[in-house]
Amino acid sequence: MAKGDPGGTTRSRRAAPRSKKGAAGDPALVQLLTPEGERIDSATGPDGTEYRVDFTDEEYRGLYRDLVLVRKLDAEATALQRQGELGLWASLLGQEAAQVGSGRALRTQDMAFPTYREHGVLYCRGIDPIMPLGLFRGVDQGGWDPNEFKFNMYTIVIGAQTLHATGYAMGITIDGKTGTDDGEAAIAYFGDGATSQGDVNEAFVWASVFNAPLVFFCQNNQYAISEPLERQTRVPLYQRAAGFGFPGVRVDGNDVLATYAVTRTALDNARLGQGPSLIEAYTYRMGAHTTSDDPTRYRIASEVEAWQAKDPIARVKAFLEKQQIADAGFFAEVDEQARRESVHLRERVLEMPDPEPVTMFDHVYPNGSPLLDEQRAKFSRYMESFEGSAH
Amino acid sequence: MATETLTIGKALNTGLRRALENDPKVIIMGEDVGKLGGVFRITDGLQKDFGDQRVIDTPLAESGIIGTAVGLAIRGYRPVCEIQFDGFVYPAYDQIVSQVAKMHYRSGGRLSIPMVIRIPFGGGIGAVEHHSESPEAYFAHTAGLKVVTCANPQDAYVMIQQAIASDDPIVFLEPKRRYWEKGQVDLDAPLSDAYPLHSARVVRPGTDVTVLAYGPMVRTCLEAATAAAEDGRELEVIDLRSLSPLDLTAAYESVKRTGRVVVVHEAPSNIGLGAELAARITEECFYSLESPVLRVTGFDIPYPAARVEEEFLPDLDRVLDAVDRTFGW
Repeated sequence: MAKGDPGGTTRSRRAAPRSKKGAAGDPALVQLLTPEGERIDSATGPDGTEYRVDFTDEEYRGLYRDLVLVRKLDAEATALQRQGELGLWASLLGQEAAQVGSGRALRTQDMAFPTYREHGVLYCRGIDPIMPLGLFRGVDQGGWDPNEFKFNMYTIVIGAQTLHATGYAMGITIDGKTGTDDGEAAIAYFGDGATSQGDVNEAFVWASVFNAPLVFFCQNNQYAISEPLERQTRVPLYQRAAGFGFPGVRVDGNDVLATYAVTRTALDNARLGQGPSLIEAYTYRMGAHTTSDDPTRYRIASEVEAWQAKDPIARVKAFLEKQQIADAGFFAEVDEQARRESVHLRERVLEMPDPEPVTMFDHVYPNGSPLLDEQRAKFSRYMESFEGSAH
Repeated sequence: MATETLTIGKALNTGLRRALENDPKVIIMGEDVGKLGGVFRITDGLQKDFGDQRVIDTPLAESGIIGTAVGLAIRGYRPVCEIQFDGFVYPAYDQIVSQVAKMHYRSGGRLSIPMVIRIPFGGGIGAVEHHSESPEAYFAHTAGLKVVTCANPQDAYVMIQQAIASDDPIVFLEPKRRYWEKGQVDLDAPLSDAYPLHSARVVRPGTDVTVLAYGPMVRTCLEAATAAAEDGRELEVIDLRSLSPLDLTAAYESVKRTGRVVVVHEAPSNIGLGAELAARITEECFYSLESPVLRVTGFDIPYPAARVEEEFLPDLDRVLDAVDRTFGW
């Protein structure tokens, strides 16, 4: 009998161990790149799946470039908030590998359903990184076309998008777009806190019984604002999948290579008609929940330092250097590109015009509404009554 | 012209069948809508004829029904969701109010959610708790949703098809205690010529008092009008049909003639549809009114036990009592 198994003549404690690492215990990670930048040839998931990547040098350098760019743009957005140019910002700092790894694993035809922190995935989908800044500046509610980029709008209600992704994936099945290598799949992003939501659990049920071509991608960044993982779960999150009847795997979310490999495999299984799976990308939110948050009230510096040593970008850089895949000139050029793009981002944010007030009446209904027509007309007349004054 | 005598329930069933035939993107989803045909049999026979990918028996979770329907809508489908009973819609409330209602707006018009949420509503069937509620004000209060209800078989047949064909998300309230009531239905009239979905209709002309009702209360008010006529009072009964947006053109015209208004609904009065109707009529018809706008509604209590629901629900006598009171000012 395995240690901790109930039964026999002894009873083990049912409470989860209260280690510093949390109720989830030691993560059994799928990892292909150590924090020191050592490549691991292949890794095995809990169901025996072998994960490996076979990138060209150019592709390795491309992933590094993505990581550096999304971090720099994110830092710029945080700075813009601090200067009063954005109302709020939800930083992805620390989660770059989870987002770039999964984002680059998506094929063109795959549809992503993000939370409000997936700026790195958004970047990988080819969306102008200024788009979410419009939302957080308050000039619009997110400006990209979800169908054009196959990346839905940000969703702020925690977990709601997992059901949307599930329904979308059911639609893929009804359309007969699974079962081949060029089939379609969907991916639902959510966090550790969201796993407590009813919607997420309903999405697990739905995806399972309809065998939906869907990847549940949970970035376990250890905190739901201030609440640590122990307040959401007593079992490692990836193990939840078993109870719903589909595979779950925990990947080192700070390892862009492993995240890519695990996500690509899960998406390909889904598109082939093998149903949903859950990926728990084990990572850490290095910054605050949002710019309105103060993480020093609920976590200690040594914990942050320990995760600093597992930085997702430093390990790729160490790997590129050790393997002589990139030289100092390359790193300088990437830094310069990141600087240039962040300056460009800043300039464009500052130039974002406020919307005309009357446009608040637009797009409430595809077919319009006489009530709104009346209110819009009254509002316009009211505003016009101030013409010439500095209203 | 092929007219048939159908119940409201069968008219809805026939309308759903027609919608499934006319547009391959229409899908029906809900609890027990497949083999069982729904607990009220409104989807009877549809799964058999259209398959289980177009008439989907879902897991038992209302938020899941609406949430997955949002995803299907983004994918290009036109989901028709059945919520089994009014009192069970609340687990889906977040998806309806925060997601369905706002998706078009948030996307700057890029996404539409052409969803119909069918809910049997109202009391009068002797049911246990949570099976007799009138939640229309919650949805009518929500920008981005439209809310309609039918009161006769012809409207049931046409309006369900119009709602499905509309790109707006629509909460479609079905007067469950009237499901078995029969009427003539013209099955062949083209939808394009049909009376507009979001328009009210005068269902009995009159000269003395304007009575505004919708859904299950339309019949109650028509019966009240018949009784009032015996007393020499002519009630003009207007079936509002669309609760959001409200079409009050006919109501304003009527009130300017009658000077008296009674609003009737099963839902409690406090902050209900009647309050909005009273406010708008007062704004528009102030100088025509001979009395305040009176409301005949359910009381501001949780829906009571079935053995007292007849006292809770507005009936012919309570409507006539309010009609009398409009002459007391």
